[in-house]
Amino acid sequence: MSSLTEKDKPIVQLLLNTGTCPRCIFRFCRVGSQTLYRHPYKDLTEFLKNNQQQEDAAGFGVVDPPCKRIRLEHTEEVPDDLNQNGVLKHVPLVNDDSAAVENSTVEVCNVCLGILQEFCEADFVKRVCEKVKSADYQFTSFVFSVSLPPQLSVRERAAWLLVKQEMGKLGLSLAKDDIVQLKEAYKWIIHPQLSEELGVPADGKSLFEVSVVFAHPETDEECRFLMAVMKALEKIKEEDFLKHFPCPPSSPKNLCVALEIQCNNGAVFVAGRYNKYSRNLPQTPWIIDGERKLESSVEELISEHLMAEFKADSFNFSSSGREDVDVRTLGNGRPFAIELVNPRRIHFTAEEMKELQQTINNSSDKIRVRDLQLVTREAIGRMKEGEEEKTKTYSALVWTDKAIQKEDIAFLDDIKELKLDQKTPLRVLHRRPLAVRCRIIHTMKSEYIDEHHFRLHLKTQAGTYIKEFVHGDFGRTKPNIGSLLNRTADILELDVEVIVDWARNRCD
Amino acid sequence: MAHFRICVITLAEAHPLLQNGKTIKSINYQISPNCSRLQNKVSGKSKRGAQFLTELAPLCRISSTDGEEYTIYSCIRGRLIEVNESILSNPAILQEKPSTEGYIAVVLPKFEESKSITQGLLTQKEYEEVLLKRHNNSA
Repeated sequence: MSSLTEKDKPIVQLLLNTGTCPRCIFRFCRVGSQTLYRHPYKDLTEFLKNNQQQEDAAGFGVVDPPCKRIRLEHTEEVPDDLNQNGVLKHVPLVNDDSAAVENSTVEVCNVCLGILQEFCEADFVKRVCEKVKSADYQFTSFVFSVSLPPQLSVRERAAWLLVKQEMGKLGLSLAKDDIVQLKEAYKWIIHPQLSEELGVPADGKSLFEVSVVFAHPETDEECRFLMAVMKALEKIKEEDFLKHFPCPPSSPKNLCVALEIQCNNGAVFVAGRYNKYSRNLPQTPWIIDGERKLESSVEELISEHLMAEFKADSFNFSSSGREDVDVRTLGNGRPFAIELVNPRRIHFTAEEMKELQQTINNSSDKIRVRDLQLVTREAIGRMKEGEEEKTKTYSALVWTDKAIQKEDIAFLDDIKELKLDQKTPLRVLHRRPLAVRCRIIHTMKSEYIDEHHFRLHLKTQAGTYIKEFVHGDFGRTKPNIGSLLNRTADILELDVEVIVDWARNRCD
Repeated sequence: MAHFRICVITLAEAHPLLQNGKTIKSINYQISPNCSRLQNKVSGKSKRGAQFLTELAPLCRISSTDGEEYTIYSCIRGRLIEVNESILSNPAILQEKPSTEGYIAVVLPKFEESKSITQGLLTQKEYEEVLLKRHNNSA
């Protein structure tokens, strides 16, 4: 049923008398034409009152022509042109002196508490759009989400029971699902207005969300008799409901209030690779008991600039593995990703990303970023995957207590696929479970320096503790460099690197 | 800078077993009919199931070939994480590398107690002073 018919007259009268607004009346009469709801409130009120005074079917026919005329005049356009005033002047005003023109103050609807009254009109739309514009977000579409106070559901139920009863007298039925949902009607009316004002379409899948929370303190007590309102409404018997709640619902004094209008953008993801050149920089902030133990961190040095450019609320940093504070990451770097939460800016060209990368690299000599780019959430998952399969390449500076000669370490180069048993290193044992891990050193290459030092390049399975392989960790990693050389060995420096060829440590 | 909380129990420098002429006959982690340190099993990050040690809890008993028996005590309160089983098969390592491969046990004190425990220990210098005093007194 796209519009009102003769049959609806008694219901319309009943609801008008009990203080229900025109749009809610449409809903209970199953009016499905969106355009009808979009007429300005004042016009609808007059509309209905006048239609009630028509004696016959022909009179009700008056309702259709203006609408038909509207449709004809705005053929294929999106029906969001709200200035219907010119057209509605055609509606005959019958008995204009007795037609109680008491429209000086608008009665607050006893069902929607003003949601389909004030809060569909231009003033409120303006208020919302002003808030959105001042929040300064970048967006190409929006989703408008509305939170309504629970008493609306309760009042809806009471109104339905009232209407059902009345229709029953006429031998008609009205199923709950036949009624047009309040939220749906609300969106029919407000979406086109918001869309026009903001200049972008409404889209249920949009990442940019504008949300409004409505409250009606005056009637908050009404729901007391129901626990978990929505669930209870499903279960409660009609008689029990009517015992606790007035039918028809009472007319409130006040409108709802819009408590808050908030905007939120879906997260964006930035990925890249980082190099770490400092031996005194943790990956994430090092804070114990509220005290920062080391200045800055890889995470902060990278995200500081991203946060500023994207104007996000917060970030989440993740990487494919990580290195110790005192270990450098050379070569093509370690993959990382940053989730930027609720960013105000979301569009960046490849040029702009390059500039952003340059800014980060210019800001500190402790780290360097490359391949900075916007990625999807799925890409992050792929980055973390295969962390176990990755092979790592390292360079370690080794010290020995007893003197060594070139010949003493040459044999290391010939060892392939060396199996290690590594108990959880003592240095992490306080926060990791005790276990033995079997790990493989694929290849090694030694570079003699002097009688107590040499450099060792190793290619190992992911998850191998290199430091422990060098010093043995109280014999809890076997074999280890010390046991292989029959000396006491220790590690002075460690770098993570990609080996281009054995002679070079760095690739740029 | 960082405090790791994990403690490694080893023989002190001046322990009789580390003096010249001592040969270890056997090491026994069974410290009472009901308690063997070898049965210690810990699980998870919080090291559930660990035997709890007080300062005077014995870790093991070591016998030397000259008939002496020494009980090695925990000296600190905490959860026993592991005992060094490799000294069972190779007791010599206890004397050759007492501070590294020849360690006795690994203990994790309670978080709240770890600071006070660390502060209650002697520094290398303080220990040397104690030894000096001991030597002077017996001389």
